[in-house]
Amino acid sequence: MHGSGIQIWFFIGVLLLIYGVLILGYGIFEAVVGPLAPVELNYLHTPIWWGGLLTVAGLLYCIKFRPGRA
Amino acid sequence: MTHFGALASPALLAFSTVPIAHLTILDMIVIAVYFGMVIWIGFYLKGRSNTSEEFFMAGREMTAWIAGLSFVSANLGSLELMGWAGAAYQYGILATHWYWIGAIPAMIFLGLVMMPFYYVSKTHSVPGYLHLRFGEHARILAAISFATEMILMSGVNMFAMAVVMKVVLGWSLTFSILISAAAVAIYVTLGGLRSAIFNEVMQFVLIWGGALLVPILGLIQAGGWDGLKKQIIKNMGTDSYFHIWRDTGHFSANPMGVHWTGIVLGLGFVISFGYWTTDFLVVQRVLAAHNLRAARMAPIIASYFKMAVPFIVILPGLLGLVLLQNPDHSRMLLVGQDVVKSCTTDESASQMNTAECSAAMDSQSTLPADYKQKVLTGSQELHSYNDALPLMMVRYMGPGLLGLGITALIAGFMSGMAGNVSAFSTVWTYDIYKPLIKKNGSDSHYVSVGRWSIFIGVLVSIGAGYLVQHAHGIMDYVQALFSFFIAPLLAAILMGMFWKRATAPAGFLGLLIGIVSSVGMFVWVKMNPAGLATIALSPDAKPMAENLYRAWWAFCIAAIVIFLVSLVTKPKPVAELDGLCYSCTVLPKEEPVPFYKNVWLWALLAVCIFAALNIIFW
Repeated sequence: MHGSGIQIWFFIGVLLLIYGVLILGYGIFEAVVGPLAPVELNYLHTPIWWGGLLTVAGLLYCIKFRPGRA
Repeated sequence: MTHFGALASPALLAFSTVPIAHLTILDMIVIAVYFGMVIWIGFYLKGRSNTSEEFFMAGREMTAWIAGLSFVSANLGSLELMGWAGAAYQYGILATHWYWIGAIPAMIFLGLVMMPFYYVSKTHSVPGYLHLRFGEHARILAAISFATEMILMSGVNMFAMAVVMKVVLGWSLTFSILISAAAVAIYVTLGGLRSAIFNEVMQFVLIWGGALLVPILGLIQAGGWDGLKKQIIKNMGTDSYFHIWRDTGHFSANPMGVHWTGIVLGLGFVISFGYWTTDFLVVQRVLAAHNLRAARMAPIIASYFKMAVPFIVILPGLLGLVLLQNPDHSRMLLVGQDVVKSCTTDESASQMNTAECSAAMDSQSTLPADYKQKVLTGSQELHSYNDALPLMMVRYMGPGLLGLGITALIAGFMSGMAGNVSAFSTVWTYDIYKPLIKKNGSDSHYVSVGRWSIFIGVLVSIGAGYLVQHAHGIMDYVQALFSFFIAPLLAAILMGMFWKRATAPAGFLGLLIGIVSSVGMFVWVKMNPAGLATIALSPDAKPMAENLYRAWWAFCIAAIVIFLVSLVTKPKPVAELDGLCYSCTVLPKEEPVPFYKNVWLWALLAVCIFAALNIIFW
């Protein structure tokens, strides 16, 4: 969107960052204490890499589209 | 796309009683964060939605990317996701037609040919274009039918979300309806179209973030695409699940009971072009673009994402065919919703009617005898085709990730509702209230009317939602509403845009007679199912074929009426058709851009990919 103010991409960045941190945190916790939920392919540690991916994407969007950036 | 006919039917889904998933605290936090975010966006955007142009058209300042994502997202609701995943489980990749030929050519046509007219005429809505081209009667007819559709569909979306939440999570219907209605009312009333668009873009990201894991992990477990193919051929005994055109030479050669002529003429032309180029719900998103180039580029960008959607919708359905398992690790077999209904003890019955259940299962040729026996003895639960996607999510997604997947479904429903009420608000204010009730109000008055119409629209939607809950048959009729209007509307708009001789009385009469004939065909087949063979031109045709051919005939009837009536009525002077008709309009020259920003280049590339996909999966 043009003009001043917060862009939609910043909101999306914040959302992805929060979700990424929550899921990554859970993934690390699960890696330490062992599988907590009976899901398939547990050994792939999906929450770690998917949560990590969301965190990085969220962080990049938050920085690139932060309010006030020209 | 609601009128395409493969939606999950919430009314029947309501008969499942045991929740598919159980959420943890982490999942609840993920869902709560989403609700917090949409409310934050609504309050943030309130200060930027003070004029009618800002409130109804989002200030016409969206970039091509935002308009494009919003455009494709408006059609990516959760009922569609679940319904088409279920259709893929039943029919294989034949269901992909609704994402490729049923969308891509029309999106490209909108961007390259039609968008300049909508944009140059500076209309606020599709009924607004009809007013400029065919006069007041055509506008009022289109506006009233569209506004009614929107409010009913919003109610259907609301009820559908509540039912899916009940089936998947065990939540009460009233809780889901009230919380989703309150959130949508707050953020759209505050931020108008801009708020709806923001949430649609966010929903798009959530759907990919929440659903993409299913095909990735499923393919890993199935041994890749080749492994999946081998297992499906072994389980089902046929490779027709992997062909989209090969078996459409005859109605009886494919499980959908459709013929390629119906797919090309009914789906690829009338339904697809009608929906993507004349349905104001989606066109409104592109009209909000900040300049003509962005408005033309938006549908082209959207076409790339649309081509990719089968990866998160069709593929999970196919994977479900080989990967879904019962608790005893036997292969899970999904069935139709009517079978689940017959074999499930709902709240009003004390026990399952075994005779009814047995008869229903007998109609399902895919169920082995021992599987049926387990169901009858209560040791085996049945799930419907439409549960394929949630079941696959539960299979692979643990705490947090499952919350993300469920949030994606909730976001899909809520942005669907928001799209319905924001489009309703614009059409109500500009095409009904302004011309019929108060012509000379101030700008702030119309913004106020728009805000109130959203609030009242949501309240009426709640009523419609409860009406659907207590009269399940209504759902089919509400969803059929779309198909009644879009075919005649497409005929009126195409002939108005590309034939300067088309007259105002012809446009109105074509629209009216087209709608009446479409309703007539629908009622005829409902009352006499044998009529299907006449409409679809084959005794082997199935209900899906009726949708396609009914649209084609309604389009033809409307076009013929417009043609004939135009010949005997007086056309508008050419001077009055500037900006409304192709041969009478000098389109503004666009500023030169580098080749990689050229709309035609990206459209050509989209066409090439579209053609390649159709050849690869022939």
